[in-house]
Parts: sequence; C-alpha cells; structure tokens
Amino acid sequence: MTESWPRRLMASLTLLVPPLIGLICVVIGVAPSGVAGLGVAGPALTLMLVYFWTIFQPHLLPPPAVFIIGFVQDVLTGAPIGLGTLVLLAVQQFVLRERRVFTARTFVIAWFGFAVVALIATTAMWTLVVLYQWRLIDPGPFASQLLLSVLLYPAASWLFGQVVRLLTHLETV
Amino acid sequence: MRQQPGRAWGLAAPLKVLAHRVGLIALLAVATGLVVLGKVDAVIVERGRAMIIDMATPMLEVVAQPISSVKSVMLVVDGWVHMRDENLALHQENERLRVWQTTARRLAAENRAYREMLRVRPDPATRFVTARVIAEGGGPFVRTLVIDAGAQSGVAPGQVAITGAGVVGRVIAAGQHSARLLAITDLNSRLPAVIEGGRARAIVEGDNSAMPRLSYLAPGVKAQAGDRLVTSGSGGLFPPGLPIGAVEIVDGVPRIHPWVRFDKLDFVRIVAYDPTAAVAPIPDPVTPSLAPLPSTAPATEPAPAVAPVPPAAAGPAPAPAPLSLDTADDAADETER
Repeated sequence: MTESWPRRLMASLTLLVPPLIGLICVVIGVAPSGVAGLGVAGPALTLMLVYFWTIFQPHLLPPPAVFIIGFVQDVLTGAPIGLGTLVLLAVQQFVLRERRVFTARTFVIAWFGFAVVALIATTAMWTLVVLYQWRLIDPGPFASQLLLSVLLYPAASWLFGQVVRLLTHLETV
Repeated sequence: MRQQPGRAWGLAAPLKVLAHRVGLIALLAVATGLVVLGKVDAVIVERGRAMIIDMATPMLEVVAQPISSVKSVMLVVDGWVHMRDENLALHQENERLRVWQTTARRLAAENRAYREMLRVRPDPATRFVTARVIAEGGGPFVRTLVIDAGAQSGVAPGQVAITGAGVVGRVIAAGQHSARLLAITDLNSRLPAVIEGGRARAIVEGDNSAMPRLSYLAPGVKAQAGDRLVTSGSGGLFPPGLPIGAVEIVDGVPRIHPWVRFDKLDFVRIVAYDPTAAVAPIPDPVTPSLAPLPSTAPATEPAPAVAPVPPAAAGPAPAPAPLSLDTADDAADETER
C-alpha cells in the first residue's frame, strides 16, 4: 500500500530540515562578527551539525546534503572551493562507520567523540590548506577554532536535539 | 503475493548500496575536481563564486543587520564605560592636533606653491563607493570580506577598500550586487608600503594573524616601533599615501598594527583608482576649464567604465612628456632618501 500524500509530503519536508539548518549554520558562520579581525576563527558550526546528524539521524543528512553545505560554506568563506567539502564528507563517512562508538549512552562520551573528530578534521584541514597553498600556515587560528567548537558543542548539540525531537515527533504523527 | 516484494527487495538492496557508494565516490571526485580547478583556473572558479555570493547577498544582509546593531550597541555601552578616560584623551589629542592644524595649513599652502612651480600633474580623480560589510571569511585560513556593492555600483576587481582610519584591502572579485575583498591581513595579501617620510620601502605581508609582517625592508634600514606606514603606490594596485598602520616589534619581528579595526568593521569605502590614468598626458594649459586646480577636480577620470573620459583626455596628447604619478612618487622617494 502506498502512503497517503500528506504523509509523503511531510517525509520529504523533514528531509529538507537538516540541510537547511546546515545552510543557516553557514550563513551565521560568515556573519561579520569581527571574530576574524582578532586573528582567530569562529566555531566550526557545520562540523558540529554533520557530526550530530550522522549520529542521530543519518538518513536525514545524506552525502549530497553534506556536499551542498560544504560547497556553499567554501564559496561564502572564500576558502578554496572543495577543500572544506572534502573534509566534511570524510567526517561524515568516518562517523557513520564508527557510529556504534559515538552513539553513546552518556553525553560526555559523545562530546569526547566530537573532540576527537574535530581534532582529526582540523588537522586534516590544516594539512590540506598547507598543501594547497604550499606554504606553512599559522596553526593558531585552527587551534582556536577547534577549542571554540569543542567548547560550544554542548550548546549546539542541545539546539540540534530540540530539532531532532520535533522531527521524530512529526514522523510518528 | 508476499514473496514478490521480498525478492525485489533482495535485488534492490545491493543495487541501492552500490548506487550509494557510486554516488559518494562521485561527490568526492567532484569536490576534488573543484579544488584542482581552483588551483588551475582560478578565474572561472572565482567568477562562479562571485555569482553564488550575489545570489546569497539578500540572505547575508538579513543576518548581518542584527549583528551590526548589536555591535553598535556594544560600542555605545563601551563609550559610556570609558567616557571619562576617553574625554581626557580627546582633550589632550585636541591640543596636539591644534598645533598640527597650523602646521598642516602652512604645509598645504607651501605644497600648493611648489606644485604650481613644478607643474606637478594633479592626482587622478578618485571616486568612492560606500558599502556595508555583510560577511567575513570566518574560517581559520582566509581573511576575506563580502560587501553589498558590486559591478552595478562601479566596484571592480583591483579597487582599494579603505575606512577613515586606513587601508582595509583590495577587491578581488565583483558580482553584480556584491564584491569580495582580500584584507591586508590575509595570507595572500602583499601591500607595497613606505615608511612615512620616505625613509624606506617595504612590503606589508599578511599571514592571517591580526598583525601583518613587514618584509623586504631595504638593507641597512631598521623599522622602529611606532614608525607609520603608508602605501607606496608601486605596483599600481594601491594609490600612494594611504595610511596602513604603525610598526610594532613582536618577538624581534617588525609587524604592523593596522589602523583599521578589523573586528569592528561595518562600512568600507571602495576607491576607484586607475594608475593608467596617471600615465595620461598633462592637460593643455591653454584650456583652463579642462585643466582644473590640483586640489579640486580631476584632469582625467580614473575608470572609464565608471564615468566617461573628458574630451581633453580622449583627444591627442598636447603635451610631449607624460609624467606618471608613480614615477613622480619614485623620484620624490629617491630624493628624500
């Protein structure tokens, strides 16, 4: 039996929510906060989003969605287009493969998992940028971004959790 | 009845996994291809980027608005908190500046007289476009800014962005309604500068930190903390004489403390500067209406795309020896050195 059309419509609408939140994260990330003027970098909001959704609702954030988020982020931040996209796709596949480890009972373990993933992603990004520019780049801003991301993850995770709760509620209705 | 869907599923599942895997590999390949393309043909990629930023501009503006309001409120609060100190500092500065005002007036008059005596070409006209900063490269390795004015307002790559305080950077790509600036702090920014007073030339080299490095100083010259730097104009990308910042010695390395507060940027002015206008011939002195005074109006318009070239400049060159602003600047530098 095929499902009724409002149900299918709702299902496709929920499929749009995580990528849309991802794009909002991108736009907030490039907002002129003045953070870059201080020689540091803001938190990697999209990294948090990809990590979080791959753990909890991977079917709502398929690789094409991650690609689009990464692509738009690269375009708007002025980064080499494709570099951030590659890192985000790699993070998604890594978390998906090790999902059982990250889907922990306690939040602290998930947080620790994020710290590890963020460390790997930041190191990978730094290495890729150094290779791309063929020049040694100050790792300071990368470190500040890593630190900020790990510190702010609980807040982001709580916000994303509210959305997930809402989506699962809508899915079961 | 029940077996059929089961069998279909049995066939579909590996297909689905395969499709998923192929899709993922395709995405990774596209991303890698984009990285390579950006390295091989930056022009195409940057044009595409400018188009996408153009489309995103309304959204960026919506997000930038409240942030700008919060920033201005913070400035007001900051002003209240430091009102007494600031007042005192301003009083002292005012007294100092009053002395400078007299000096400046005297020097301006003197300069005007010298310019007339030497028949120095007037500076090419500069045209300003004021734009709001609507996004900044929040990443750890790029220092770019997006502004909400583009080709439609006359903004073009190569133009200079300044604030009242000093140089912000250079336009590297322009869409129709938006443009991207490379800040002087960016890793890829190289800004020809001269220590004020023409003591020595150097390059202000961005390294993504808040304070760019001072490199390629002439041998034998040592930058002192507090030395002021202005653009030298060599290379033709930046007009000469724009303030950049002051030298600070950090761990034995001379760095620049930019006058522009990059953490509090809101509006920037884009200066249309075309060094080729400086190579244009000296206007015929017999047509005074077309050869105005140095300080008031231009002899030639800097950017033909922005405004039509006056007939005097478009016609055949009446004066035999064209004098470039750059060479004049160089000559001045040489003599001062």
